[in-house]
Amino acid sequence: MVTRYDCDIVIVGAGPAGSMAAKFCAQGGLNTILLEKKAEIGAPLRCAEGVSKKWLEEVGITPDPKWICADMKGAIIRSPSGYKFQLDESRAGSEVGYVLERHLFDKALAADAAEAGAKIMMRTGITGVIRDEAGKLVGVKGNSLGEPVEIYAKCVVAADGYESQVARWAGMKDTVPKMSDICTCIQYRMVNLDIEHEYCDFIIGGDAPGGYIWIFPKGETVANVGIGIMGTKCKHGADPKYYLDKYIAKTPGLAQGEIVEVVGGFVSTCPGLDETIADNLVLVGDAARVIDPITGGGICHACRTGMYAGKVLVECAKTGDFSKAALKPYEKMWRDRMEDKLFRNFMAKERLAELDDETIDELIKLIQDSDIGEVNVYNLLKVIKDRFPKVVEGFEDLI
Amino acid sequence: MIVDYHKCLHCGGCVGSCPQNAIYLNDYILEFNDDCNNCGRCIKLCPVAALSRGE
Repeated sequence: MVTRYDCDIVIVGAGPAGSMAAKFCAQGGLNTILLEKKAEIGAPLRCAEGVSKKWLEEVGITPDPKWICADMKGAIIRSPSGYKFQLDESRAGSEVGYVLERHLFDKALAADAAEAGAKIMMRTGITGVIRDEAGKLVGVKGNSLGEPVEIYAKCVVAADGYESQVARWAGMKDTVPKMSDICTCIQYRMVNLDIEHEYCDFIIGGDAPGGYIWIFPKGETVANVGIGIMGTKCKHGADPKYYLDKYIAKTPGLAQGEIVEVVGGFVSTCPGLDETIADNLVLVGDAARVIDPITGGGICHACRTGMYAGKVLVECAKTGDFSKAALKPYEKMWRDRMEDKLFRNFMAKERLAELDDETIDELIKLIQDSDIGEVNVYNLLKVIKDRFPKVVEGFEDLI
Repeated sequence: MIVDYHKCLHCGGCVGSCPQNAIYLNDYILEFNDDCNNCGRCIKLCPVAALSRGE
């Protein structure tokens, strides 16, 4: 027996994007169902948990000590030969901030959605979409706690993360990143470390081909220590684990640490999908591939796209038109807000991934010696543009 | 594809990277459907080498 549910909006995935979309839909009076495949929202972890502070206000989230694990003083970027560029909070600008407890942050956002009136169905995995006789997308189907379910809705929101299958089941093309736009990651929660526990640490260059190693402190001796490797640079099999283990073994302060948690995860590093809407379908967050291609950070983008989707869906509900044309304002909102920066950082990623270690050393030295005011990717690229114009060739106009 | 569940972290990276959309992460089990054409992308990308061809 298949259990049938009917609602205005069904949202697949209760990560930050899904919960934000659910909150704004429910606030706007829409009958909203939020689905989560896993047994717990926010766990197991698939994230380094570092976020900047600025955007929280923009999406209406008030920082809460319950889900803030550590407040960072700044960030350190290390080059292959150990040149170090330290940014302190006053100058670090938008690129550093909090290290979160994602398992609590995600639950808090889901709680906000529930408070607004959204219904949450846990352990509900979707295995396909439902179309009516005319071919119109009318819902999703799957299993909820082991029982078959069909959830009918006027519009489906795909918030199913990097894994994203809903969009593909619904017939959208080109949602899978190419190998150079995939970053494969592994992360250890490590204890007994000797680290600069008030700084987020980024190690770039040959230690992490096409990506970087991060050390995001979660306490004085505890940190998320992880690595991302560009897909096209994977050669050994288990490359992320290979490079991370190698780095930990040779690094004082990490080598004596013990691992208490191992997580994997991928991020896309393209500038977002060409299309994030279809008739009766909206893609948000990682499913829309809106992740910063340089930092791999996606939580703020997820929250923004979730919020925009929610707002637009509430408008669409007034006329009952959820066609692609009616959903266009969503596409426009997120592109106006984020697309230039995503594209600029995408181009920068493409170039930085091809630099040899010597050049990266020089870059870090150059930045060390420059007075660049507030440090963010934009200002860093400006400095690089003067001395290494080749690095920014083709996207100078965005800097 | 053969999955070594002693290694698999259930991260779902292979699912999102599969050009054929042939992999489904069902709780802790990876299911491959007939669309898998053995391209090997998932093998190359898996952070812990949990996947291999059934050879």
